[in-house]
Amino acid sequence: MAESPMLPKMVGQRVKRREDPRLIQGQGTYVDDLKIVGMEHVAFARSDIAHGRIKSVDTSVAEAMDGVTAVFTGAQIAEFVKPVPIITPFPSPDHRAVVVDTVRYVGEPVAVVVATNRYIAKDAADAITVDYEMLPAVVDTEKAMTGQPAQLHKDFENNLSVALLPSGTGVSPDGQTVDDTALDQAFADAEVVVSQRMVNHRLAPSAMEPRGTVAHYEPGHNKMTIWSSNQAPHLLRGAIASMFGMGEDQVRAIAPEVGGGFGAKVQAYAEDYVVAGLSKKLGIALKWTEDRSEAFLATTHGRGIIGYIDIAATNTGKVLGMKLRLIADIGAYNTLFTAAIPTFTTLMANATYDIPAIRTTITEVFTNKTPTDAYRGAGRPEATYFVERGLDMLARKLAMDPAEVRRRNFIQPNQFPYTTQMGAVYDSGDYAAALDLALQNAGWDKLKAERDQAQAEGRLVGIGLSMYVEVCGLGPSAVLPTGGWEHSQVTIERDGRINATTGASPHGQGNETTFGQMLADQFGVPLDHITIHHGDTAIAKQGIGTFGSRSQAVGGAALHLAGGKVRKKMAKFAAALLEAHEDDLVFENGRISVKGAPDSGKSFEEVAAYAYVPVPLPEGLEPGLSEEAFFEPSNNTYPFGCHIALIEIDRDTGEPTLRRLIAVDDAGNLINPLIVEGQIHGGLAQGVGQAMIEEVQYGDDGQPLTSTFMDYAIPRAADLPRFELDNTVTPTPVNPLGAKGVGEAGTLGSTPCVVSAAVDALSQFGVTHIDMMLRPEKLWQIINGGQS
Amino acid sequence: MAQVSITVNGKQRSSEVEPRTLLVHFLREQLNLTGTHVGCDTSQCGACTVLIDGRSAKACTVFAVQADGSEVTTIEGLAEGEQLHPLQTGFWEEHGLQCGYCTPGMIMSCVNLLNDNPKPSEQEIREGLDGNLCRCTGYQHIVNAVQHAATKG
Ligand code: FES
Ligand code: FES
Repeated sequence: MAESPMLPKMVGQRVKRREDPRLIQGQGTYVDDLKIVGMEHVAFARSDIAHGRIKSVDTSVAEAMDGVTAVFTGAQIAEFVKPVPIITPFPSPDHRAVVVDTVRYVGEPVAVVVATNRYIAKDAADAITVDYEMLPAVVDTEKAMTGQPAQLHKDFENNLSVALLPSGTGVSPDGQTVDDTALDQAFADAEVVVSQRMVNHRLAPSAMEPRGTVAHYEPGHNKMTIWSSNQAPHLLRGAIASMFGMGEDQVRAIAPEVGGGFGAKVQAYAEDYVVAGLSKKLGIALKWTEDRSEAFLATTHGRGIIGYIDIAATNTGKVLGMKLRLIADIGAYNTLFTAAIPTFTTLMANATYDIPAIRTTITEVFTNKTPTDAYRGAGRPEATYFVERGLDMLARKLAMDPAEVRRRNFIQPNQFPYTTQMGAVYDSGDYAAALDLALQNAGWDKLKAERDQAQAEGRLVGIGLSMYVEVCGLGPSAVLPTGGWEHSQVTIERDGRINATTGASPHGQGNETTFGQMLADQFGVPLDHITIHHGDTAIAKQGIGTFGSRSQAVGGAALHLAGGKVRKKMAKFAAALLEAHEDDLVFENGRISVKGAPDSGKSFEEVAAYAYVPVPLPEGLEPGLSEEAFFEPSNNTYPFGCHIALIEIDRDTGEPTLRRLIAVDDAGNLINPLIVEGQIHGGLAQGVGQAMIEEVQYGDDGQPLTSTFMDYAIPRAADLPRFELDNTVTPTPVNPLGAKGVGEAGTLGSTPCVVSAAVDALSQFGVTHIDMMLRPEKLWQIINGGQS
Repeated sequence: MAQVSITVNGKQRSSEVEPRTLLVHFLREQLNLTGTHVGCDTSQCGACTVLIDGRSAKACTVFAVQADGSEVTTIEGLAEGEQLHPLQTGFWEEHGLQCGYCTPGMIMSCVNLLNDNPKPSEQEIREGLDGNLCRCTGYQHIVNAVQHAATKG
C-alpha cells in the first residue's frame, strides 16, 4: 500500500497563494498581453470639452494616414451599436457609445480609429478635429438641481435623474406614501440636535491595470470571443450577445488576468461594445488598451454624494431619530449600477445602531462629468461616513467619549436577525465585542492621555473612531437585477485530480487559493491536485461575477455545495468498492476509508478510476464524478467592525500625518486569514486615500483637473503607517460557510475615523467638521483662523 | 527606422524600431516580454520598471534607441532557472501581491533598493518605493516582502 502523507487542514490557514508563482515571474496574461494573427488596434478620439453640440467631425486627415484601416464617427457607429443599456429600474437618457450630437463630459468618445498598430491609431485619433457649438458646463451639483446653468438631457428637467426617493420610517415600500409622525416626534423629543452638510467627494477607482478589450469575431462560426479586463465576464457575455443580436452560446467572454477592478470593471463599457461591434463588422481581431489619462476620464468614478444629516438625541447620547438627505452627482449618464449606488447608502443608514426613526431621501443629478458607478464599497462607505461623522459631532457636542456614544446606541447581540428602519435584515453581529477589542488594541485610555499630553505641549494630535456595518455577499436574486446566485462545477477527473469552476471572477482576491483550500479539505487531497478555473464563460458555464464582497460568501458557497454533491456520489462508488456503508466513510490523506480503519480504504485515485470504468456499475449510479450547483443566498451578509485613527497635524504647514490605524474587522469565518489581511490592508489604504489625498476635481468649465497620477494622488507606501489589524468572528447563518465577505470592509471605517481624528486635533480652533480631503492648505487655514 | 541592439535577460536582441518606440513597447511587443507592464502615461506608477545596466529605470520613460548597447533585465530574467530571486520568494511568502499588475515593476524596483541598501529600515523601504504605485495591497505586505528578502535572501 502506498504511503499516505498526513494532510493538514487547509481552511483557516495562512496558505500562501497559488496564483503568485506566475505573477512574480511575469507570466500572467493580462488583456494587453494578447496577440492574435491579423489583429489591429483601436483608438478613441474623445471630447475635450465638457458640454457642446457637435457641428462637424473632420476625419479626413486621419483617414489618409498610412496604416489607418478605417475611421468611424458616432453616427456611423450608431448604425450597428445600440445605446448602452443599464440594469437599474430607473429612467435613463439615451447613452450612445460614441456621441452622435451632444458631448456631455470631457473624455466622451466622439470618433473611433482602427489602424495597424497602436501608435498609428493614437496619431490618427489625435488628427480628428471636431467643431463644437459650446454649451454651458454643469459642474456644481446643487446648482444643477435648479436646471442651471443648462439642462443636460431633454427629458430630465432640472437635471434630475431621480427627483426625490424617500425611504425609512413611515415610508411605504413603494415610496408613494410618507408618514412623518414618528420622525417628527423624535425631533420634538430631542434634547440635542446635530446637523451638518457633508461632502463625500468623487474618486477615481484607479486599478493599476487600465481597462482593455480584445474582440475576435469569427465569421465562419458566427462566434465572438471577447477578452476584457472585467470583473463579471458572464454579464459581459450577455451584454455583448444582446447588443449584437447573438445568442449567449455564440459569445465567449474571457476575463484573463485582471489587474484590479474595485467595482469600476463590473460593467460592459462603450469601448467593449464598439470594439466587439467593429470586430464583427470588419471581420478582424481588434485590441483597445486604455491609457491612464484616458482612464481618469472614461472609466466610471465613485462616490460623489453630498449628505445633509440631522441627528436627534437625548442628553445622555441616545439617538432618537435621524434624517439623511442625499444628493448624488452622477455625472453625464446612468451607467450599469449608477442609479442604485445611493440606495446602498440609504439601506445602510441604520449603521450599527438601534435608531427608532430614520428618514432618508435620494436625489440624483446629472452633471457634465464622467459618470459615477460602483467603487469599492459602493454606497456603504458614504453611509458609514455620514452617520459616523454625525455621531462624532454628537459626542463632541455632549462632551462624551465617542466610543461611549456608539455603545449606548448599538443593536444588541440578542436582537439579531435585526430588521432595520431601512428594511435591511442584519444577519448577525456583536458590535460591542468589535468596539471593545479595538479600544483594547488601541490602548484607548492611554491614547487619549497621549493626545491630551501632546496637545498640552502644543502639538496638534487627534484620535478618531468609527464603527461600520456593510451589506455584502450580494445578494438574493430578489434584490440584484443580475441574479444574486453563484455557480460552480466540481469534477473529479479519472486520474483523481480535481477541476472546479466558479462564476466568481477574481482580480486579486486569490480564489484559486481559497477555493482550492476548501476542496482540499472536503476531499482530503493535496492542494496541488486541484485546479480552480474562472473568468472564461466557455469553461465556467454560469456565473454572475465578483463585486459586492460576494465571491467567498456566494461563490464559495456554490463551490462547497457542488463539492458536496460530488463527494456524496464518490462515497457511493467507494462504498461499493469497500463493501461498506457510504455514511461510514471518511475522505482523508488521499484515501477514502471506513472511519477508524484508514488501512481498509482505497486511494482517492482508485475510486475515481472506478467511477469512470464502473465494472460493475453500482445500482442506481451513473458513471462519472462531475456535479454542479447554484447557490442562492437567503439574505445578504452584514460584516462589521471598528476602526481607530491617530493623526498629527503640523502646526506650521497644516500637513497631516497618519500615525496609527487600528482595525478590528468581523467578516465571519475566514478561509485564509493571510488573504483577508491583504484585502483589509488594501481597503484601508483606499479609505485613508479618500480622507487625506484623493479627490477628483473639475474646473468651473467642466475641465477635469485630476487626470493623471501627477494630480490625482493615490496613496504611496510612505503615506501609510503599519496597520494594526485584529478580528472577531461572528459567523453568518446565511450560507453554509459562515463567511461574510471582506473585500470592501477596509474602505468603510477608515475614512470617517481619519477625518474625525483631524477634527479632534483641530477642535481647539472651533471646528466641528472638516470636509475631505484633508489638504494641508485647508487645515492650515483652520489653524490660522480661517474657515475650513 | 533605427537599429537597436540590446542585451535583454542575457540574450542579445537586435531590431529595427521607429525612433519614438518606448523601451516598454519594444520589450512587450517586439520581444513578447509582457511581464513588464504599463500602468500610466506620465511616469508615476512604476509598473514598467526594469533594470538598465543594473539600475532600475521606468521603461515607459526611455526610448528603445536610448537603451541601445545596454543590458536590460526584466522580471522574466530575474529568477535563475527554477531558483526564484529572494525578492520573488519574499513577495510570495508574505503575500506581497494581489492582482499582480504592479508586481513585476515593484519587484524590479526593490532589487535596486536592496542593492543600494541591503538592510533597509521599514521607513527606508517605504520611501524607497516612492516611484511605484500599488492599488491593491496597501503596501504592508510589500514592505514585509522586502524585509523577508533582506533578512532571508
Ligand atoms: S508605466 Fe507608469 S511609470 Fe512607466
Ligand atoms: S497587486 Fe494590484 S496593483 Fe499591486
